[in-house]
Amino acid sequence: MELLDNLALGFSTALLVQNILYCFVGVLLGTAVGVLPGIGPTATVAMLLPITFSFEPVTALIMLAGIYYGAQYGGSTTAILINLPGESSAAVTALDGHEMARQGRAGPALAAAAIGSFFAGTVATVALAVAAPPLAQVALKFGPAEYFSLVLLGLILSIALARGTALKALAMIALGVMFGTVGQDIYTGTPRFVLDQRELYGGIDFVSVAVGMFGVAEILRNLENEHTRTAIVSKVKNLWPTAEDRRRIVAPILRGTGLGAALGVLPGSGHVLASFSSYAVEKRISKRQQDFGRGAIEGVAGPESANNAAAQTSFIPLLTLGLPAHPVMALMVGAFIVHGITPGPNVITDEPALFWGLIASMWIGNLLLVLLNLPLIGIWVYMLRIPYGVLFPMIILFAAIGTYSLGFNAYDLYAIVFFGILGYILIKCGCEPAPLLLGFVLGPLLEENLRRALIISRGDVSVFLTRPISAVLLALAVAALVVAALPTIRKRREVVFAEEE
Amino acid sequence: MERRRSLPDVLAGGIFILIGGAFVVGSLGYELGTPLRMGPGYFPLLVGSIVAALGLAVVVKGLIAGEAISFGAIPWRAVIAILLAVVFFGFAVRRLGFVPTSAVTALLTTLASRRVRPLTALAVAAGLTVAATLIFIVALQLPLPLWGPWLEF
Repeated sequence: MELLDNLALGFSTALLVQNILYCFVGVLLGTAVGVLPGIGPTATVAMLLPITFSFEPVTALIMLAGIYYGAQYGGSTTAILINLPGESSAAVTALDGHEMARQGRAGPALAAAAIGSFFAGTVATVALAVAAPPLAQVALKFGPAEYFSLVLLGLILSIALARGTALKALAMIALGVMFGTVGQDIYTGTPRFVLDQRELYGGIDFVSVAVGMFGVAEILRNLENEHTRTAIVSKVKNLWPTAEDRRRIVAPILRGTGLGAALGVLPGSGHVLASFSSYAVEKRISKRQQDFGRGAIEGVAGPESANNAAAQTSFIPLLTLGLPAHPVMALMVGAFIVHGITPGPNVITDEPALFWGLIASMWIGNLLLVLLNLPLIGIWVYMLRIPYGVLFPMIILFAAIGTYSLGFNAYDLYAIVFFGILGYILIKCGCEPAPLLLGFVLGPLLEENLRRALIISRGDVSVFLTRPISAVLLALAVAALVVAALPTIRKRREVVFAEEE
Repeated sequence: MERRRSLPDVLAGGIFILIGGAFVVGSLGYELGTPLRMGPGYFPLLVGSIVAALGLAVVVKGLIAGEAISFGAIPWRAVIAILLAVVFFGFAVRRLGFVPTSAVTALLTTLASRRVRPLTALAVAAGLTVAATLIFIVALQLPLPLWGPWLEF
């Protein structure tokens, strides 16, 4: 069987000592930043990216991926123990998870989260292995027109899932695409918007954008009202769930896995959507609806499984189409490019060891996460006592050094400051930073394919509608836009109606 | 229908208009070309106009039916300290060298917090400088001078 051969190749790559080691380092770091509030995986990956440049490409990507799904995992630990979701997708877990902890059942809650996540991670990894190759085959037939429409669809889908109004998210995407045009034009070599600074000819480094918008802006937000984090952590005992618990979590885990695996493919914040929908589903079909919010183990197991399944399948668009579904993946695109690999459908045939090694490492990473989290829970609890006054200077200093070491270019640091200020103001105005970063990364792709498609069609704009795949993708993009706009209209109406009454 | 102004909405929209407008003006300085052979200015002009148009829409919506967002206080001290620290690192690392630059950057950043005591700040900065030197110079072999030309006599 081809799939088995491929997986065998993957495991033989992922089981190399250095790959296991860096997979471990990745999930360890990921769990740490997931546990610590105020620093997310995006800023961490941005900081560590320069370090990975000296690694083998597959090792680098294994570690970066580990940080990403490790963080999803770590976020739920704090959500359960101290009602502080380290990651947005863990917000749902806090509802019932923390309630369970307050009733002295933190152990079973953590165990349910761990078992659910591991099961979901395993299934979703298989789903990724099965679904990715055929999708890549389809994607290989894509011409510039299809790619343009696909990138556009990806960008628009990412707003459908962002918080805040669709209008602002759309504006953030466009702003990101626009900043992506800074630097030399690919066709003519004309330097654009470089303000006569030679250092800007290569464009703005996306690490600067990420560190500014996700690192600096986030820290400034946290420093707005400083308060000592009083981590009153309940003692964790009796990790193993009771027979009753075990019976109750089976179905939610299965449903959460399916839901998460499907929703994770959507760009934007599919994993957040996955955990929220899973909670909603479990609550609706449960016979004990009154238990939800009062420590129902189903409300932990379902969303956690969904969240982790989505974290795995969100690699599908990245690995098959080269489209990042999450800011962390946008950074991973950068890692691919630095190593001379263009992310997209060709990766699977050109770099099979890398492709399958990365997939196999995710399963190993999930196993490591269970081992890390259940017995070592005490260490993570201890980490919560690190004062923020030590944490944020470390983030800033390491981010500054890391970014500088990318190209030994001081302008990369000035760009951090620019995007830090811009991001801070815009976030305060209710704009999400993630769409901007996605737009920034995908913008050059959008421009290149637009121009190439129009050269091939001799300037005929209708090419995007006459080619069937492109037309379907554009239609989907329009539909997504309408759907994204609708809830706003509906909500607005409700508000208006409420005021009239 | 009650009109609800939202200042953050107007501000965000204003920023979009301003930056979008700046890119539009800038892109007019480059060759635009035709749809068949787009010049370097074509795509930025297009996107810049979209940004500005969306910004205008955000402003209008902010004036009619704005999103209720509490803007909150601005931690000026933190803003200045952190941004200064990052700029300083970029400016000084080649000139002063890695160790002094890291120390000053760390110290400046530590001072961003209003709750920090001077001694704690010094201790944190010293610890971070040592850690950064060990990680980036010793372990990762970053080719940066520990002490820069400005400190050599």
